[in-house]
Amino acid sequence: MEAFTRTTGRVAVIDRPDIDTDQVIPKQFLKRIERTGWGEFLFWDWRLDQDGNPRPDFELNNPAFADAKILMAGRNFGCGSSREHAPWAIQGYGFDVVIAPSFADIFRSNCMKVGLVPVELPGEHVRALMDAVDTENGSEMTVDLEALTITGADGSTVEFEFDAFRRNCILNGLDDIDLTLEHEAAITEYERANPSRIDTLALEH
Amino acid sequence: MAKTLFDRVWERHVVREEPGEPALIYIDLHLLHEVTSPQAYEGLRLAGRKLRRPDRSIATMDHNVPTDGGPVTDPLAKAQLDALAANCPAFGVPLYATGSGREGIVHVIGPELGLTRPGITIVCGDSHTSTHGAFGALAFGIGTSEVEHVMATQCLQQRRPKTMRMHFEGTLPPGITAKDCILGAIGQIGVAGGAGHVIEYTGDAIEAFTMEQRMTVCNMSIEAGARAGMIAPDNTTFAYLENRPASPQGAEWEAALDEWRQLRTDDGAEFANEVVVNVDDLVPQVTWGTNPGMVAPVTANVPDPADITDDEERQSLERALEYMGLEAGMAVRDIQIDRVFIGSCTNSRIEDLRAAASVVKGHKVSDGVHAMVVPGSVPIKLQAESEGLDKLFTDAGFEWREAGCSMCLGMNPDILQPGERSASTSNRNFEGRQGRGGRTHLVSPEMAAAAAVAGHFVDVRELSYEPVG
Repeated sequence: MEAFTRTTGRVAVIDRPDIDTDQVIPKQFLKRIERTGWGEFLFWDWRLDQDGNPRPDFELNNPAFADAKILMAGRNFGCGSSREHAPWAIQGYGFDVVIAPSFADIFRSNCMKVGLVPVELPGEHVRALMDAVDTENGSEMTVDLEALTITGADGSTVEFEFDAFRRNCILNGLDDIDLTLEHEAAITEYERANPSRIDTLALEH
Repeated sequence: MAKTLFDRVWERHVVREEPGEPALIYIDLHLLHEVTSPQAYEGLRLAGRKLRRPDRSIATMDHNVPTDGGPVTDPLAKAQLDALAANCPAFGVPLYATGSGREGIVHVIGPELGLTRPGITIVCGDSHTSTHGAFGALAFGIGTSEVEHVMATQCLQQRRPKTMRMHFEGTLPPGITAKDCILGAIGQIGVAGGAGHVIEYTGDAIEAFTMEQRMTVCNMSIEAGARAGMIAPDNTTFAYLENRPASPQGAEWEAALDEWRQLRTDDGAEFANEVVVNVDDLVPQVTWGTNPGMVAPVTANVPDPADITDDEERQSLERALEYMGLEAGMAVRDIQIDRVFIGSCTNSRIEDLRAAASVVKGHKVSDGVHAMVVPGSVPIKLQAESEGLDKLFTDAGFEWREAGCSMCLGMNPDILQPGERSASTSNRNFEGRQGRGGRTHLVSPEMAAAAAVAGHFVDVRELSYEPVG
């Protein structure tokens, strides 16, 4: 995971609740076995019509949101499927941060693992930030994970909370597996003390 | 201190816990399939790491496989299946590949083999891993980075989730299924109602359910936003597991039973949240919208946005009705369908197929409706055939297919065309879930079968039919 500290850039707003990961990255793209190159498929069915032309009514096609780095959306963002391809696609499209009143559990966890920063704010704060976005000319914002602040174009600042452990991992680009393997002795001791009756290798297959 | 079932399973699996850090918990069983594993295997390879416990891992092919018995013609799907077929032996993981005779939907074969069992932790790169909680296991879906983490360490870093008890109060009326219970519950608490929680399902209705019905309930915990769903193991659980291929035998079985009987919630144990769902007056459920919480009794009407005062809720409703091509206020029974799908990790087990077959026996699929049955695994398919269920379905005009995930998510060729409308026994009615532009209505197997015959939704309680199988 690459280290991330702060980002300053345009904001895109998709003001809809319960955006599921089937919309973020539709299933027809999940057959790829690569880890990169997912951005072009983001919100495919919402972004493009059947002929592959941009749908003008979809928020991300608003020129004021072009090249945005910060995505704002409604509550329960990322519900449904556990596909990590969803944060891969959001990152691949160019976003560093997603701001919403709440996130689905697995999606939030997947974001943390890949360094896409999920910022949860009370609904009224998200509403105020969304309302401040200029949907004709575009607006910029700064999200600072080190300072735990969001600064709007007008200089107003909102603070946010973030899991301290995960914040440290993202700020320093730490590898989760390396961190866990530091506790190799504890894992081995657990396995010794808790022998299992499960052995998939003993099954005929 | 009084403990919940979840507390017991969680605490038994903590490898390490430090203030301010997520706990490191041990994973007893890791289920793998072709879609969410290739990048994880590649990650191991790039880092030069081994897969720590192949003996706690098992893989199958389910999401991409065609169900018409033909070869995989989609080159991307084939590459993904080939990657699994190469990766599993390279890392020592047993694989039930297509043609092995044991393959099927990952959440169907785990219990079927007896690998799913009380008190263990189970993960899989698939959100419907919650299914396995029906056995009193702590089972949840993870993303591909976590799949790689489990491969390398057999552990996960997890914050302890909160607990919720969902108590089904009352007596289930005749003709009402486990699917109706969980759809009704999601309608009540909403698609984010369980977020951050592990739900324990309790009540007379749950205790009376078979294991397959309990799996249907736990399967859809994720559709309420929950991390997992659990049901305390009891004699129904033990009877299901006895003599499964992977189940303990002899003295080990007796020892396991002694252990499993301890896995319950103490009187007075506290849950962070308590929800009561009254089932006395439950009616067969049909989703009308674009998430599983948008659900109504079959006897009701599609909601009217004009009746909703909350702006956000009204806009959601308007968007859903537009996508679904439904008129506000129309009777659910007047919704005409084009396709019927009986299958998925929610409802593709033998009891589901028997229930659907009972309803279609002696009837014909309505003109213009295309209906298919996709068993959850090869053993289920063979069992159904030995009972003659396949004949009942094909005589009625259903297609009888090979095992797989199929049209639940349409990663294989089984998809809805734009504008087509399905009655589906699966778990998600999101936009495009079964095919771009497709419109999905979630129902029980009985309701799907009845809709296939009528061509529109009907109240299955008004039909007379005898159980088969």
